[in-house]
Amino acid sequence: MKFTWFNLMPWPHLPDDFRETYRSVWVDIPSKLYDPVEGHKVYNTYLDLLEYAEELGFDGIGVNEHHSNAYGLMPSPNIMAAALSRRTSRAALVVLGNSIALYNPPIRVAEEFAMLDVISGGRLVAGFPVGTSMDTNYCYGTIPAETRPRYNEAHELIKRAWKEDEPFAFNGEYTKLRYVNCWPKPIQKNPPIFIPGGGSLETYDFCLDNEYNYSYLSFSGYLRAKQLMDGYWERVDKRGLDMSPYRGGFAQTIIVADSDADAEKYYREHIDYFYNRCLHVYPGFADAPGYRTIKTLKAGVTSQMTRQAVGNVTNMSWDQLIKDGYVIAGSPDTVVDQMKNLITSLRVGNIFCLMHVGNMPAEKCRHSSKLFAEQVMPRLRDMWPEYADDNRFWTSPLAEQADRSGVAGIGAAS
Amino acid sequence: MKCTTYETMKPGMQVQVFEAGSGAPLVFLHGAGGLLENDPFVNALAEKYCVYAPVLPGFGELEGADDLDDMQSIALHTFDVLAALGLDKPKLVGHSMGGMIAAEMAAIAPADIGELVLISSAGLWLDEHPIADLFNTLPYELPGLLFHDEAKGQAMLASGMDFNDAEFLTEFLVGNARRLGMAGKLMFPIPDRGLAKRLYRIRAQTKLIWGEQDALIPLVYADAFCNAIKGAELHKIPQCGHMPIYEATDRVVELI
Repeated sequence: MKFTWFNLMPWPHLPDDFRETYRSVWVDIPSKLYDPVEGHKVYNTYLDLLEYAEELGFDGIGVNEHHSNAYGLMPSPNIMAAALSRRTSRAALVVLGNSIALYNPPIRVAEEFAMLDVISGGRLVAGFPVGTSMDTNYCYGTIPAETRPRYNEAHELIKRAWKEDEPFAFNGEYTKLRYVNCWPKPIQKNPPIFIPGGGSLETYDFCLDNEYNYSYLSFSGYLRAKQLMDGYWERVDKRGLDMSPYRGGFAQTIIVADSDADAEKYYREHIDYFYNRCLHVYPGFADAPGYRTIKTLKAGVTSQMTRQAVGNVTNMSWDQLIKDGYVIAGSPDTVVDQMKNLITSLRVGNIFCLMHVGNMPAEKCRHSSKLFAEQVMPRLRDMWPEYADDNRFWTSPLAEQADRSGVAGIGAAS
Repeated sequence: MKCTTYETMKPGMQVQVFEAGSGAPLVFLHGAGGLLENDPFVNALAEKYCVYAPVLPGFGELEGADDLDDMQSIALHTFDVLAALGLDKPKLVGHSMGGMIAAEMAAIAPADIGELVLISSAGLWLDEHPIADLFNTLPYELPGLLFHDEAKGQAMLASGMDFNDAEFLTEFLVGNARRLGMAGKLMFPIPDRGLAKRLYRIRAQTKLIWGEQDALIPLVYADAFCNAIKGAELHKIPQCGHMPIYEATDRVVELI
């Protein structure tokens, strides 16, 4: 099993009446709600937590990309990964990922990922999401119908830029470059590539054709993910490929406390903040017309787009979030049991552990993360023994990492 | 009203055209919502004209929308449609997005368009008067945005159904995603593809028709078009929103 400690980096100071006063946490949330001086503390606290996760023994530390979003304060995940690359030496840097269609020209992604891989000594896991409609269309202005063609073209350019040893010309529909010449090149010949997917057959096949990991990044928990991941594994099977669980990944909100009661007592308010405040997205931003295929739309849920639903701000309770698997929380034993269910039912070798949630203070987060690393992770580590040697979907770092002189604590957990 | 499929000069490209009436030819280019079933505006025009209302690919049943990805390709496609219909210097009427396409065509080939009528036309952007974001508007908000009389708008857009009914909503959203997905190629995220720089080329006699209460593309845009197109005349319609073709059908036909 591979465990990646993940932090969305939410703004922890959204007002109590946020949902009543503002229509969306994303796209048009006024930036007057952000305080850069407080933000200085917030960023550094979050980066400290990511570094601490390496000390605890997590396999990866993860960052992602969002724009104009108060629950995801990383418009540039590569800046975060760069900061981490200098202060860590072992964990994979899981950048999940760069919305490759948004970089102009997209060769920028090939270059920056190569830089990260070289600085970190081959520790990059590269994510290539298509990007949500909120980020891609509304915040970054991509014409919805062009989102996927631009993504496909950017993917082709980046892969070729990493592979070719001589400059080449690239005559794309959207990007025309007379000289594509990626300096530096990544240490890993084929950096592991993770694709966040939402259940389309095209994305399943895209991952299988290219030997990429398919990961479902949901906040709704593993019980609701079963159908989607089953669809993926059916496709893997149908294509006659091996069923390595490392082909798949899942993001799960996890709280570990000394007891089940403590989990609720100490963490409930932070879960509440995330699920009942941070996830308040105006449904009009969820799906720009043309972003999704018609087939997906026909299957989709549209009931949140009625007048009644938009005005409705009911809370999800702790009990409901636990019962429905949105959140796995409790004592180490409780969490181990549930994680085993998750891992076997979804057949995943990668877990993105959402361990910092909402407005959780650093100390509580450290406590939960430490319990997970010390009392949960070891008991899940060897769940797929028959695939223990499958390293196709993980990093191949240099055996000898360069000395980072002057940086305290490298390689020595405090 | 009959619907005929024509082949254009572009290999493999087919287009549906609604046709009705007799008299002088008139081509009507629909807006981002597409034509309504048995479209009342087309029917009213047919009392006086031989009306041709081509369906922009992506809006109808036919394939072919993938190749039409920007203003240039859509304007050229529409010229191909005029050629397929055998029309020479027709009267060209466009509503909203259709007005944007019509104005573009009249600017590209000033000698090829006989007369131009722009109704509540898209295509310009004024920083001081930002146009509402049609793309993130929820279905139940559309009637109020588009029509001065919201109840009438609801009845027309949903043909008596309810936007708060989940089943109808899914059906509407699927159609809306197709239509606005195509419209987005011209109008997302901002309905400006440089038309303002080309309006000076228009030589066709031009009429602008605008609802005084247009909440989507406010009246100030009518003035902007009027000032940029030589000899254009503006006709304002009181008590009318973005849909004069349905809100004041007879008056619009009379002005045309």
